[in-house]
Order: sequence, then structure tokens, then C-alpha cells
Amino acid sequence: MKARLLPFTSIALLITIWQIAVTVNSDSLIPGPWAVVMGIVELAQKGLLLKYVVASLFRVTWGYVSAALLAIPFGLLLGWYQRGEKSFNPLIQIFRPISPLAWIPISILWFGVGDMAAVYLIFLASFLPMTVTSMNAVRNIAPIHLNAGRNFGLSELQVIRRVLYPAVMPQLIVGLRITLGIAWLVVVAAEMIAVNSGLGFLIVDARNAGNRYDLVIAGMVMIGVIGLMLDTAMRKLETLKSLRWGYGG
Amino acid sequence: MQQAASTAVEKSTKTKLSINDVNMTFKRDGNSVNVLENIDLEAHEGEFVCILGPSGCGKSTLLNIVGGFLKQTSGAVKIDGEPVTGPDPRRIFVFQERGVFPWLTVEGNIGFGLFKLSNEEKARRIAHYVKLVGLAGFEHAYPQELSGGMKQRLEVARALAVNPDMLFLDEPFGALDSITRLIMRGELLRIWEAERKTILFVTHDIEESVQLADRVIVMSARPAKIRRIVNIDIPHPRDISSRRYLELRDGIFEEIGLAHKV
Repeated sequence: MKARLLPFTSIALLITIWQIAVTVNSDSLIPGPWAVVMGIVELAQKGLLLKYVVASLFRVTWGYVSAALLAIPFGLLLGWYQRGEKSFNPLIQIFRPISPLAWIPISILWFGVGDMAAVYLIFLASFLPMTVTSMNAVRNIAPIHLNAGRNFGLSELQVIRRVLYPAVMPQLIVGLRITLGIAWLVVVAAEMIAVNSGLGFLIVDARNAGNRYDLVIAGMVMIGVIGLMLDTAMRKLETLKSLRWGYGG
Repeated sequence: MQQAASTAVEKSTKTKLSINDVNMTFKRDGNSVNVLENIDLEAHEGEFVCILGPSGCGKSTLLNIVGGFLKQTSGAVKIDGEPVTGPDPRRIFVFQERGVFPWLTVEGNIGFGLFKLSNEEKARRIAHYVKLVGLAGFEHAYPQELSGGMKQRLEVARALAVNPDMLFLDEPFGALDSITRLIMRGELLRIWEAERKTILFVTHDIEESVQLADRVIVMSARPAKIRRIVNIDIPHPRDISSRRYLELRDGIFEEIGLAHKV
């Protein structure tokens, strides 16, 4: 068998087992794979599929990008100036174990039910991991490279631009990829509570409005597929030649 | 007689580096560790000086002080009569090959220190040093695509490209296999003879020091003191089976207290 077909065998296996299980338990509320495909088609025909996907991606983009814009410079600064790390690290470590979902009541209190509450949750979920990744990336720079930069007469600002920045990129990109995964997890949860659109809303709504489990699973499949696409896109960055050194080969 | 010859040489050329009664103490977990003790050393312009000592004796610390990366606890280090206050592009430190920037190509690495030059001048220098260290054809390769020896030559090229008047080499060939190491020594001597930089070369390899240096500074174990300074009065290229070579080499073996039998 061709190696490129291998990933599809596990998917085919899952669908087969799923189909068999549904056929054996015919009184189950869980729909079979075909019903789910029809569910996706139905959503697409109603125009809801695109609308919900766009709504979810919109929230992720705003929350994630604003977190990146603030967290990366912040984390790099903390890593660069040891005093910064010493003063902020305890705070970061206290906030880190708090699940972003624990913030749902407060974000609704502050922003009401709507996009802003969901965006804020994604921002929260992304901010700390990105800060910590950036901070650690700076700390992992080989001192030899910083010394070499200074040896060639670079000013502090030039060292930051020409040594620190390229040196942290590989780790930063991995951090960004992992954080995007977290953001995508959180948007679904946020949409179940705070808003009236998006894939998370679709799942809750389909169950509440008449136990449409075909649409529930259709929503789950879409979340998985889009998550995979986001991850694949981020992984493409890691194959850049100027970054590849950071991934051990 | 040897003594007289060496003073004659020093008189005829300018003193490049003077290290005066340098001491270095590190504080670690409340204990203070004495690493360097009363180091006195001079090197004149264009001289090739090897600092030889056992691993961990503090010779790298000395090199880092001269390079401006560490501040000595007491004593004075002067280059061209000025006290060393920090790293300086006129004096480039060559680390083991780990010092090349992995995110830059061969060209990018060699051009790293040339940011003040015009683009044409930069391109000209890059081309010159790519050729000098034998990396032609690899201009666009990234360090991870190069062998250890090539990376080492790349780092030397990056250092030479900014036209420094001193080079500090910290066990630069330590990570290379013995054949590559021999070749690299030859290359370094060839480059040194062409460009006449003052070189401070740290090594724990006795043979290496006798093959390369004008003078070998033999250090003791920690705290490092200068045990002896040996003038290597053999012209290059050196015959490493000649009587004089073996005599000097064995003298150092004895000085360090090693029997030269395996």
C-alpha cells in the first residue's frame, strides 16, 4: 500500500466501526456516518455552514491575533530583562492553571452576551501560553550567539533585531501553533454559552432544538477538520529553511 | 640565549596586548573560587600565542576577560595601551563551530559583521573570504548542511571578514576529528601568514600548541598560574618529527608532569 494512503486507513476503519455499531444498536440516538454527511450538506444548503465557520474563525482571529501582538513583545521583554521575569513570573504561574473557561461568567459580566465575550476568552486562553513561550525562547538563546552579536559591535537594539529575533523564531512558531490549537478549543466552548452563532453554538443548538444529533456530530467533524487545517498551515512555517535549524534536523 | 632572542623580538615590534597581574574569583553558592592568579603576559603585534593548560583550568576565562566578555576581579588588561572595557569588533572571538548563526546562510554569516559597509564592498569581502576558507559553492547553504570542519572555517571567515587586528580562538578545533583538525591547523597558519593578525589560541592539546604558536604559555591547574613560557623557535612549515620539535614538545610534557608513554 502506498504510504500516503496510510493516514486514510485509520479514518476508514473508524467510519466502518461506527457504521457497524449504529447498525447493531438501531434504536440509538447516535446517527450513522451517512446521516452526518447529509447533515453537513443540509447545513451547507441552508447557508449556515459557511456562516458558522466564518463566525468561529472571526472570533479566533481577533482573540488570537490581539493576544499575539501583546503577548510576544511582553514575553520577549520578560525573557530579555531578568528582573521583569522575576517580578511577573509568580503572577503568570498563578493565572496559568485557571482554565480560560473559568472566565466565562466574568467575561459575560464585562462584555455581555456577544462576540466580545468570546473574543476576550480566546484572548485570555492565548495570552499566557504565548507569553511563557516567548519568555522561554529568549532564555534558550545560546549565550554564544549573543556574545558573537555583541563582539561584532552591534548595539542593544541591533542585537535584539539581528540575534534575538531570528534565534527565538523557531520556538515562537511552535508556541504559536500550539496556542492556535488552544484558541480553537476555547472558541467552541465560548460559543456554547456566550453567543448565537458559530460551530459551538451549532452543537448546543442542534441538541436543544429537537435532538438533531446528526447536526451535533456534523459540527464536531467541522471543528476537527478546520483544526487540522489550521495546524497544517502553521506547520508549513516550520519547514522554512531559515527556521529548520531549530527543530533538530 | 633563548631569553635574549625573545626580548630582541619584542623590542623590535609593538606590544599589542598586556595583561598585568590579573586575578579572577568566581562566587558560587556563597563560596568563592579562585580561577586565575597573578597572570602577567604580553603579546606583540602579529604574534601567535597559545595558552595551554588542562581542561577547566581557567584558560577560557582568561580569554573571555581579554575578549571583554568577563570583567577580571583585579589587575589590568590593555590592548594597544587602552584598557579593555567590553567586546570590540577590532578583536573577534572565535568559538567552537557552535558560534555560527544557524539561521543565516554561509554568505549571511560571513557578512554579519559588515553592516557598516556598502553593498558592493560587502559582497566583495564575502566573496573573498568564502574563497579563502574554501567554501566556494556553499554560499547559500545553511550551517546545518555543513560538516563540522566547514562550520569552523565559516566561523573563522566571519571573524576575518571584519578585518580585526586580533583573533581569540577558544579550543576552536576541539570538536573536530583528528584529520580535519590537522587540516584546519594548516589552514589557520596559512591565513595567519597571509593576514598577520595577533592570535590568542586556547588549547589543551600540547602537540597543537607546539605546531602553531610562536610562544606557548603553559598554565597550571586551577587556580591557573603561568608555569612557564616556551618560545617555539622553529620556522613554519614545521617538521613535527624534527629533533627541536620533539625536544620542545617533551619539555612541555615534562613541565605538565606527564610521562610521554602510553
